[in-house]
Amino acid sequence: MMNNLNAVSPRIRAADLRKAYGTLQALDALSLTVYEGEAYGLVGPDGAGKSTALRLLAGVLAPDGGEISLMGHDLRQNPVQARAQLGYLSQQFSLYGDLTVAENLQFFGEVRDMSPQRRAERADQLLNFVGLTGVEDRLAGRLSGGMKQKLSLACALIHEPPILLLDEPTGGVDPVARQDFWQLIIRLLSEGLAVVVSTPYMDEAVRCQRVGFLYQGRLLTEGTPQQLIAQFNGSVLELTATPLKRARQVVMTLPGVVDALTFGESLHLFVHDVEETMKQLPPVLAEAGIVLSSLRPIPPTLEDLFISLLDRHNVMSSEVRP
Amino acid sequence: MKAVGPVIVAEHLTKRFGDFTAVDDVSFDVYPGEIVGYLGPNGSGKTTTIRMLLGLLQPTAGAARVLGYDSLTEAEALRPHVGYMSQKFALYEELTVRENLAFYGGVYGLNGTMLRRRIESVLELIHLASLAGERAGALAGGWRQRLALAIAILHEPSLLILDEPTSGVDPLARRLFWDLIYDLAEQGKTVLISTHYMDEAEHCTRLGIMYHARLLAMGSPSQLKATRLPGPTWQITVGALLPALDYLKALSGVVDVGLLGNELHAVTCDDRHTATSLAAALHSAGFRDATVVGSAPTLEDVFKLQVAAEQARGEGR
Repeated sequence: MMNNLNAVSPRIRAADLRKAYGTLQALDALSLTVYEGEAYGLVGPDGAGKSTALRLLAGVLAPDGGEISLMGHDLRQNPVQARAQLGYLSQQFSLYGDLTVAENLQFFGEVRDMSPQRRAERADQLLNFVGLTGVEDRLAGRLSGGMKQKLSLACALIHEPPILLLDEPTGGVDPVARQDFWQLIIRLLSEGLAVVVSTPYMDEAVRCQRVGFLYQGRLLTEGTPQQLIAQFNGSVLELTATPLKRARQVVMTLPGVVDALTFGESLHLFVHDVEETMKQLPPVLAEAGIVLSSLRPIPPTLEDLFISLLDRHNVMSSEVRP
Repeated sequence: MKAVGPVIVAEHLTKRFGDFTAVDDVSFDVYPGEIVGYLGPNGSGKTTTIRMLLGLLQPTAGAARVLGYDSLTEAEALRPHVGYMSQKFALYEELTVRENLAFYGGVYGLNGTMLRRRIESVLELIHLASLAGERAGALAGGWRQRLALAIAILHEPSLLILDEPTSGVDPLARRLFWDLIYDLAEQGKTVLISTHYMDEAEHCTRLGIMYHARLLAMGSPSQLKATRLPGPTWQITVGALLPALDYLKALSGVVDVGLLGNELHAVTCDDRHTATSLAAALHSAGFRDATVVGSAPTLEDVFKLQVAAEQARGEGR
C-alpha cells in the first residue's frame, strides 16, 4: 500500500510549536505528525490549548516558535501553498446566513480561486456527499444546527484539500447529527484525507487513529486509543448498590480504592487490585447496611484514562491560574 | 412557600417568536426531591422553557406553576425561592469569589451575620473555601461553574433550575459538578437541569427529551429504555465500520444502527435476531471479523428512535 514516498511522508508535520498570550503559555512544545487517511484527535480540558493548536496549524495565528509543514510546504516560508492544502472548520465558522446553501459554496470556492466550472462540479459532489441536495436554494440561516454543520464541512472541503482541521465540530449538536457527521468524516478518511479534530467527547476521540491529551498547553501523552487505554494504571470495577451515595462514601475508605465516580445509576471504582477489592467490598457494604446489586470488573475507557491523568496532574488545585 | 404536590407544573407551554415556534405544547410535572433532566440539542427549546417557568418570558399559550406560584403573574414572589443558574451567568471578574458571593447575597436581600454565615456555608458545600480570596476572573471553567452554583444556592432556595451548567467544562469537572448536584438533592432540594450530554441524562431520576420545540418523552432512564425501544441492543466489533453499518441498516429486523466509540451499536425488533443470527448474517456478507454481543441500551438509542419517530410523524402530517 505504501509503495511511494508520498504515501509515507506525513501530511502534517508540526515541531515544537509554542504560543503565549501575555504571560499565559497557551501552547508549549507541541509536536505532531499526521499521515494520509489518519484522524488525530486532540482532547483536553477547556483552555488546554486545543483551539490554539488548530489555529496555528491553520495558519490563522502565528506561533512564537516552532515549524509547521503541510504536504511538505512550510507554513512560514510558503504560506499561500501551505494554506491551500487545508480545510479548516473553526468553532466560530460562519456561514453567510443571508446567502443560500449554493451561494455559500460558491463564495467559499471563489475565495479559494477556483474556476466557475470546477466550483460547480465540486459543489454538486459535496452537496450529494453531505446530504444537502435539494436544499441548495434555502438560506443558510434557515438551516437546522446539523445541516449548518454539514454545509460548513462542505465549504471547508470545496477546494479538495488533502488536510482537514476541525475544532470541536460537534459541540452542541444532537446525537443524530453527530452520528451523521462522523460517518462523513470516516468516509473522508477512507479516501485518504488527513484530519486533526479536537473534541470534548471521548466516544468520538476513540474513533481517531491517534489521540493526544493536551493539558495546560502540553501534550501529556499520545497514541492509539488502545495504547492509551493500556496506560491506565489499575483496573475499573462497576458497582451498583443502594443507597449509592452512601456506598460511595464507604468504598472510598478502602485502601485499595483510588477513586469512585458516579456514573448514572452505578459507581466506577478505580482500584489497584480487582480480586482484592472484590473480596473486601461485599462484607464492608453489608456491614454499613448497603444493598449490593452488582460488582464486576469492566474494561477502562478513554474517559477513565483522561480522568486519571487529570487527577494525577492535580487539576483541582492547579486549575487556578496564578 | 405555598407548594404542596408537584414543585413544577408546566401545562401546554408554547412560545412562538414570529413564525418560529421555540416551544410547542410542552407539559410536565416535577416532584419534590427529584433531579429532572431536560435533554436536547442546542436550539430545541430548553432555555425558552426555563425562561417561561421563571416568568422571564411570557408564553404564547399555556401556563406554568412553580412552587405553587403562577410563573407569569407571581414571578416576583416566586423568584426568592428559586436558585437559577443561567447559561450566561455573570460573575464580576475583578471581584474575588467571596466578594461575588457577598454582592449577590445583597441582591437577594441577605446581610449582616446571616449573609456571612450563608457565604461560609456555601463555600464549604461547594468546596470553594480555599479559593475564596481568588479573583473570579482568574478561575478556570470548572471553578467558575461552581461559583455560579454557589451564588444560585446562597439564599437557600428549595428549587434549583440549572441551564446547561456543564457545557464547555471537561469530563472530570463535569463529574465533580454532578457529585455536588447529588449532595444538594440529598439535602432535599429539587433540581431541574438542562443538558445536551446524553451521559449526564443518565444521572437524572427522570428526564424529558426535547427535540425541535417538542417534548418527545419523559420518564426515568431505565423506564425510557424499557418502554421506548422496540427490542434488544447489540454491540458489534468489526474492521470495516461503515460498510458494516450500511449493511446492517438495510438488514430486516434492524431498527437502528450507529457508531458507538469505534464499534457499532444496533437496536433490533423484538425476537428478530440473536447475537448468533446477526453474526452469521455479517459473516455471510463478507464481514468475517465481525463479533456480536448483547449490550445495554443507551439513552442515545432512546433519543435517536424518538427523533426518528417524530420525523416520520412530521412527514405523515
